[in-house]
Amino acid sequence: MADNETLGEQLRRQGISRRSFLKFCAATTSLMALPPTMVSAVAAALEKARRPSVIWLSFQECTGCTESLTRSHSPTLESLIFGAISLDYHHTLQACAGHFAEHLRTEVIDKHPGEYLVLVDGSIPTRDDGVYSTIAGMTNVQILEETAAQAAAVIAVGTCAAFGGLPHADPNPTGAVPVSDIITDKPIINVSGCPPIPTVITGVLAHYLTFGGIPELDELGRPLMFYGDSIHDRCYRRPFYDKGLFAKTFDDAGARDGWCLYELGCKGPTTHNACATVKWNEGTSFPIESGHPCLGCSEPDFWDAGSFYNPLSAPIGDSSDWAAPAIAAGAAAGAALGLYGRRHKADAEARREPLTARDLEDKS
Amino acid sequence: MSGIELLNWARGPGLQIAGAVFVIGVIVRLAAILLLGRKTDLSRPREGAMWPGLRTVLTRSIPDAGTFRRSPLVFIAGYVFHLGFLLTLLFYAPHILLLKSVTGLEWPGLPVSLIDVLAVLSITALVALFINRLIDPVRRHLSRCGDWLALLVTVLPLVTGYLALNRMLLPYTDMLAWHILSVELLLVVFPFSKLMHTFSFVLARWYNGAIAGRKGVQV
Repeated sequence: MADNETLGEQLRRQGISRRSFLKFCAATTSLMALPPTMVSAVAAALEKARRPSVIWLSFQECTGCTESLTRSHSPTLESLIFGAISLDYHHTLQACAGHFAEHLRTEVIDKHPGEYLVLVDGSIPTRDDGVYSTIAGMTNVQILEETAAQAAAVIAVGTCAAFGGLPHADPNPTGAVPVSDIITDKPIINVSGCPPIPTVITGVLAHYLTFGGIPELDELGRPLMFYGDSIHDRCYRRPFYDKGLFAKTFDDAGARDGWCLYELGCKGPTTHNACATVKWNEGTSFPIESGHPCLGCSEPDFWDAGSFYNPLSAPIGDSSDWAAPAIAAGAAAGAALGLYGRRHKADAEARREPLTARDLEDKS
Repeated sequence: MSGIELLNWARGPGLQIAGAVFVIGVIVRLAAILLLGRKTDLSRPREGAMWPGLRTVLTRSIPDAGTFRRSPLVFIAGYVFHLGFLLTLLFYAPHILLLKSVTGLEWPGLPVSLIDVLAVLSITALVALFINRLIDPVRRHLSRCGDWLALLVTVLPLVTGYLALNRMLLPYTDMLAWHILSVELLLVVFPFSKLMHTFSFVLARWYNGAIAGRKGVQV
């Protein structure tokens, strides 16, 4: 449970040096797109920050978001920062189970009203009264509404919680919706991605600990400091796009020379995330650097945007589905109109009354 | 509706609806012209009909000196717009990929910087033609709604495409969505407006040339 120990006190207790702490603060400041002069302010704020209680709710999800987080750079300061919050309820990580686990959740709500954070991963099923996902006899909607009612803020971790994700994809059999469809009276931070970058999750938490509020968000509720740029604009392969040099297959000479993956379906131009700058696996690389196009996983409905390997400019769906019937319909309608035109012409010719000069003279 | 949702709609159902209207409309218009038929000409053609017709399709693309002197702006801006528009449409890599997904055909593209210049030239030419049509009293009186509409639906894809390419005015995702939607507007208006000249100019020029050929007129 949350205690009165500050983050600085806890880090010192764990043997983290001042140098390491300041290094982390510098990285975090940079990550949050703050000027270097803010490093000392961030360090001071983080050092005095107290561990807030965090309830992590897992709904219709694959645990990929948790997997992403738990495999992040361990053991580094990022994971310790995450350890510095009091993670009181998390299906995958908590030791207890059953009624005792549920009791912990309600205890946090009762003891820290208005102070705890709610992190949600997974979408929420609403069809058939939400029976498609229940925990301890409660539907996901009931748990979310009950838990978020007294929360300081809600962080939707992953694309399922932020935008519905895979469960929300057509035909959406469970009526899955994102957190923002259920909770409308609390600040919600969408940390989208399938999964989100671990450093981005910790960065959002660090921002909350540092400034005590939610960061500036884009129109989709994502922190601008991480989702402000598109993958394409920050991609090291961008110069190849500008020159019109594209890999045609995954193993051609262009692919080996690091040419742009646009033709292989890269959705980098319309995807906002920090993959190209923060990268994954301790800053090792990101999908495009590993030779795979961006799937656009941090954007809404990316599962319904056609094949991952279709170029962004290509239509969603198979053109032959509509083109062939359209050609047939056009040919039929054209033939009908043509026949009508011919008949109209023949009728006009049949009704034609030739007028000669003599007729005109007779009339005058 | 967010930008990406709008884009997905434009790339999916929107494109299917507009594409179907375009295909059906163009086939119907062409069929109506071709099936109407012409009265059989029983006289013996002096120079034949087919070859003079085909030759006229090409020769009418070259401005004659007199017409050029009388209206140089229309000729220059007309050529700049048509060439710029066609090169932008057919040789910008993402456009080639779109056409490849529909036709199965592909060809090399031009560098983005060149496409950028071509788009600016095309837009400038269209604006010049618009102003010319507006301030020239004869052209203004001859213009009907369809003329202004054709200018509008043609310039919109160029402007939105240029803005999307250069990340201006709106976020790229939103601007790309509006670009595709503007193309869909063009596709829907196309068969039912003077934009049909893209196809019908061949028929009209051929017919003129064929008549002249039959009569022995040099074309």
